Amino acid sequence: MQKVRGDLLNISKLKVVFYTYRGIIKALNGVELWMNQGERLGIVGETGCGKSVTALSIMGLIEQPGEIIEGDILFGDKLLTSMKENELINIRGKEISMIFQEPNAALNPVMKVGFQIAESIGKVKNKKIGKEVYAEVRRMLEIAGLDWERTINLYPHELSGGMAQRVMIAMALSSNPKLLIADEPTSALDVTIQAQILELLDELVKKFGNAVILITHNMGVAAEFCDKMAVMYAGNMVEYARTTNIFENPHHHYTRGLLKAVPKIGRTDELQSIPGIVPDLVNPPSGCRFHPRCKHVMDICRKDFPPLVEIKPGHYVACYLYWKEGIKNANS
Amino acid sequence: MKLGAYILKRIFLMVIVMFGVATIVFFITHVIPADPVGAILGGNAPIERVDAMRRQLGLDKPITLQFIDYIKGIVHADFGISLKSSRPVLKDIINYFPATIELAIASMIFAVLVGVVLGVFSAIYRNKSIDHFSRVFSILGVSMPVFWLGLLLLLLFYYHLDLLPGGGRNSLFIFPPRITGLLLLDSIIAGDWTAFWDGLSHIILPAFVLGYASAASIARIMRASMLDILKQDFIRTAKSKGLSKRVVIYRHALKNALIPVVTIIGLSFGSLLSGAVLTETIFSWPGLGRYIVNALLVLDYPAVTGGTLFIAFIYSLANLVVDISYAVLDPRMRV
Ligand SMILES: Nc1ncnc2c1ncn2[C@@H]1O[C@H](COP(=O)(O)OP(=O)(O)O)[C@@H](O)[C@H]1O
Ligand code: SF4
Ligand SMILES: [Mg+2]
Repeated sequence: MQKVRGDLLNISKLKVVFYTYRGIIKALNGVELWMNQGERLGIVGETGCGKSVTALSIMGLIEQPGEIIEGDILFGDKLLTSMKENELINIRGKEISMIFQEPNAALNPVMKVGFQIAESIGKVKNKKIGKEVYAEVRRMLEIAGLDWERTINLYPHELSGGMAQRVMIAMALSSNPKLLIADEPTSALDVTIQAQILELLDELVKKFGNAVILITHNMGVAAEFCDKMAVMYAGNMVEYARTTNIFENPHHHYTRGLLKAVPKIGRTDELQSIPGIVPDLVNPPSGCRFHPRCKHVMDICRKDFPPLVEIKPGHYVACYLYWKEGIKNANS
Repeated sequence: MKLGAYILKRIFLMVIVMFGVATIVFFITHVIPADPVGAILGGNAPIERVDAMRRQLGLDKPITLQFIDYIKGIVHADFGISLKSSRPVLKDIINYFPATIELAIASMIFAVLVGVVLGVFSAIYRNKSIDHFSRVFSILGVSMPVFWLGLLLLLLFYYHLDLLPGGGRNSLFIFPPRITGLLLLDSIIAGDWTAFWDGLSHIILPAFVLGYASAASIARIMRASMLDILKQDFIRTAKSKGLSKRVVIYRHALKNALIPVVTIIGLSFGSLLSGAVLTETIFSWPGLGRYIVNALLVLDYPAVTGGTLFIAFIYSLANLVVDISYAVLDPRMRV
């Protein structure tokens, strides 16, 4: 068992693969991540780097053709990776909730949204879906900034993207979870709506004190919302620090590239301006997976994988350029 | 409200379709070079009798006038007089149709139950033995000709094993009072269990033969639809809410997965009605299918057109019901 570095969540050496016809996709390659209660952590990185897979691993929702082949996920004092499905059911939706990128598609098209929220509340509180539960549904809809009378009987296709995401937020927060995972909650929305949804999330988690993992490929969004940031590259966390440190003093060359590539405010394009291509995860580069794109590549980078080490208090980097500092810090 | 308007629109469409069918049936029967009067009176009848018969049947009028009379008749639910039985065709239809509808319903129940259950389980237990079984079952179902399967089953269950009757709707001297015309239903209403079990043993083979192909295609569509739905985002949401696997599958996935299947069920009903012609002939089932075949053999045109139109009508009605249930199942359809 690894040392415990956060009092809410500790992920160590997490490896996830997907068995496909193309070959085995090594999606997560020993992810390290931790956070404290009530904290807001941003996970950033290019599309396909494993952000969603990390989130789904925490939820215990990696299903075939995927598999967690190594590593631990410790949530509070519960070791999620060794839990059975019938135990995980009592964590999902209750202690950890999740919202998704396409809010309309994330809701069941043939059920009224009120019922879908009621179902969550009923499940978590172990109550029959009746008057009492629906009173709670109304309260949650209002909290999420929706007029309950007008929305409770609507079907998902009758909602705009913003409204649907508000419904998802109402549903996810109805159990007042310790951790809310928001996987690109605004990427599919219009710019003005994006801002409103982020504002709502900000307001509500402030009020309820939930910890949040905000997954995004938009550095601007992460900067605004998060206390800490984890930068992911091809299945690894490559840099982890307070948001201000990431922006003012980035160390990993991938992080530096990302920051240069930050699109102008309001643009939501994928980040693409780092030279080179995202690696194929079926045959990933040896050693540091970033080495084919790195200007500072050394011999050791091609051979061994650089561990995530603390180069300054609270600032972690996985890169051999800083490795010696990290080892010194670890020994002192 | 919205649903009501939708239904009205569908009924209007159905009227147009029925008019089209009536027109086509009329011209087909009036274009084929066969002479019904000759068929009734025989080749050697004196010319005066032939002329009198032609006049009596209205065949001496120009074809447009005949067509107008024919449409007028249909609007008043009058399909004319059967040349063979000399009774109004509608009376004959009402007499024969319950046997057909009973067979179709029994086949449908069999097809839907077996198809949906096999489809759902072969999706959930993908590539397990139930899935392989379902695949073989379906391939056989869509590839075996109805008359071949029917004769084979008769040979086995009637001739060799003597477990089931060899045809007809009921045994001699066993029949319940006619109330609805549906023999099984009537025997339940009358509390006549001898008749019920007798009727059931008669309907098993024809219902199986008629429903097998539909069961097979429903199973395939159900499986594909279920697999598709299980991949959707909202299923991931349902799981992330902490719902049990059972609730995710039966509450969240099944209702969505059934939507495309409902269409297939509607289409299957059409093929059941047309398949009834063959099945009824093999199993001497006294239904409308056999009535039409027999009428065709003696060129009894009013009976053929009447019977065909009636089946077309029932078919459109079934499609209407399907479209409505589609709208009830899928809120996105109610535009
Ligand atoms: N269900 C799956 N089947 C096969 N491969 C998958 C599956 N889910 C994710 N992957 C692979 O895992 C990698 C990481 O994906 P993901 O976590 O979704 O990226 P992102 O950072 O954009 O959220 C990708 O290479 C993707 O192809
Ligand atoms: S470990 Fe080597 S290749 Fe990887 S980022 Fe550092 S310097 Fe570049
Ligand atoms: Mg993703």
